[in-house]
Amino acid sequence: MAMSTVSETAEGLSLRQSRPRYGEKVIRATLALAAIVSVFTTFGIVISLLIPSIEFFLEVPITDFLFGTVWTPLFKDGEFGVLPLLSGTIVITLIAISVAIPLGLGASIYLSEYASPRVRKVLKPTLEVLAGIPTVVFGFFALEFLTQLVLIKIFPGIEVFNALSAGLIMGIMIIPTIASLSEDAMAAVPSGLRDGAYALGSTKRQTAIKVVIPAALSGIVASFVLGISRAIGETMIVTIAAGLQPQLSFNPLIGMQTMTSYIAAAGSGDLATGSIEYKSIFAVGMLLFILTFVMNIFSVRLVRRFRQAYQ
Amino acid sequence: MARLKRTLLISTPVLAAALALSACGGSNTSSNDTGGSGQIRIDGSSTVYPLTAIAAEDFQGANAGIQVTVGNSGTGGGFEKFCRGETDANNASRPIKDSEAQACADNGIEYGQLILAIDALTVVVNKNNEFVSCLTTDQLAAIWGPASTISNWNEVDPSFPDEPIALFGPGTDSGTFDYFTAEINGEEGSSRTDFTPSEDDNVVVQGVEGSKGGLGYFGYTYFEENTDKLKALEIDSGAGCVAPSVETARDGSYTPLSRPLYVYASIQALADPSVAEFFQYYVDNDAEIAKSALYIPLSDADQAKLTTDFEALLSRAGK
Repeated sequence: MAMSTVSETAEGLSLRQSRPRYGEKVIRATLALAAIVSVFTTFGIVISLLIPSIEFFLEVPITDFLFGTVWTPLFKDGEFGVLPLLSGTIVITLIAISVAIPLGLGASIYLSEYASPRVRKVLKPTLEVLAGIPTVVFGFFALEFLTQLVLIKIFPGIEVFNALSAGLIMGIMIIPTIASLSEDAMAAVPSGLRDGAYALGSTKRQTAIKVVIPAALSGIVASFVLGISRAIGETMIVTIAAGLQPQLSFNPLIGMQTMTSYIAAAGSGDLATGSIEYKSIFAVGMLLFILTFVMNIFSVRLVRRFRQAYQ
Repeated sequence: MARLKRTLLISTPVLAAALALSACGGSNTSSNDTGGSGQIRIDGSSTVYPLTAIAAEDFQGANAGIQVTVGNSGTGGGFEKFCRGETDANNASRPIKDSEAQACADNGIEYGQLILAIDALTVVVNKNNEFVSCLTTDQLAAIWGPASTISNWNEVDPSFPDEPIALFGPGTDSGTFDYFTAEINGEEGSSRTDFTPSEDDNVVVQGVEGSKGGLGYFGYTYFEENTDKLKALEIDSGAGCVAPSVETARDGSYTPLSRPLYVYASIQALADPSVAEFFQYYVDNDAEIAKSALYIPLSDADQAKLTTDFEALLSRAGK
């Protein structure tokens, strides 16, 4: 638009596009396609979850699903109470974030406020390597190392498959997500704020806790929410290390099944398409989708509320 | 943008169609030198499925023109189709029932029975479990039954120590689960639900290996690969304790957790050269196929019997 007005006022040399620029159009279309793919995928997922879920709830009352305490859909005369899967997901997520938030936030404060540039240069990439380890490796590490060599000595009655080892290792897996994003947020705090705090006589600790963290809070909270979403959605670690037995309990020393590991376990068997067992996978998937969706909306709100703009 | 979108929309189906055409062309041109129909349909037991599926895969690798479809709708469901003449053969984990034989007779379907391998389940406990070496089928039923609340070994037998039982078993989709529940609990699919189930036998191995009071079950050949990690229990079904082994499974003394696996072939179907050729391959390579499907191969005597049985079927089919 701006171009055409210019060309009308200028004489001789026209800035008007002289020939169609096909290359430009192709690039634009390709980029638009890249943006649209994720939108369509999300819609596709919602639709593919919705239809079998609705069919599921036509057969199983939604109250039985949401408030039932026994989850045995693959057995004869199965019951469809999702609470044991929900409690498994919650217990393991709580363990994971109680590891990941303190350690991740601690690491990010150290990296951004205390570490010398030389230490940071080594430490940050090393931390990020942790994020590149496949979750299946973490799963076996939890089962073979953490449970059988460490936890069994501390808690003699612990089961081979237990929520604790899966949660702890999942927490470690999430540390780089939280540390890296929080560190980015803290590094983006203008140095003028720090200098001001120092000028007023603050110590390093006071500057970090009273100035830098509040200023970077929106980024830090976003990193927490992303970490929690990863914990809720993590599948491989819990499938391998936490057992596949749905139990409505908050005892971390016993085996549990999460929503994701139910989907993985039931999906890898050969369930008949269209059977109620098969549809139960989608109902659980739908619940999982709603949970993470609510989490994300919540985080957007939170971030907006705490956002402090500089410059 | 609009134009680009349209080209993409048009070209994608065209491309797909072209690919599909070339793929069809490929299979059409490859020769079907047996002169048969080139189509073999088999259905039936999900337990026998791996056996026939491996045979079909290997056979098709060498005979591109013949397509073998193998289903797994269960022994009973498979026989219904078989006796309606919808399939050429039926995989079965038990002999044909009288009612099914009658249905076949009513529809004029003649058939012959072949035993292709032996299936055996093993009940395992932790390697360091010193107190139990043999369980009766009644004790197994008490532990695994749908109404069972047993959570400690001393509830199974007062002479056993106070040790919590941790149960591991195959997932509900597996033939192993169906077989165990049918034989031990008296009804297929009927089982207590508070155990750790997995379609991956390795989970059972890890679970029992790591739990002092662990108890689990799976196919015998899988146990053979893990003898260093687990201890197999002897099973007493009324005639004394019998340890699972290739020999006791073959001679039938390891009962009720070992059984022959059958394939019922239609005589009419065997008149088709494609079908006859497939079964010839299956029978000739039976020992190898059984091993790769993790079943116990037949003894030499039974292998010889299989060959003569199959020859008899071929002659009935007029070959």
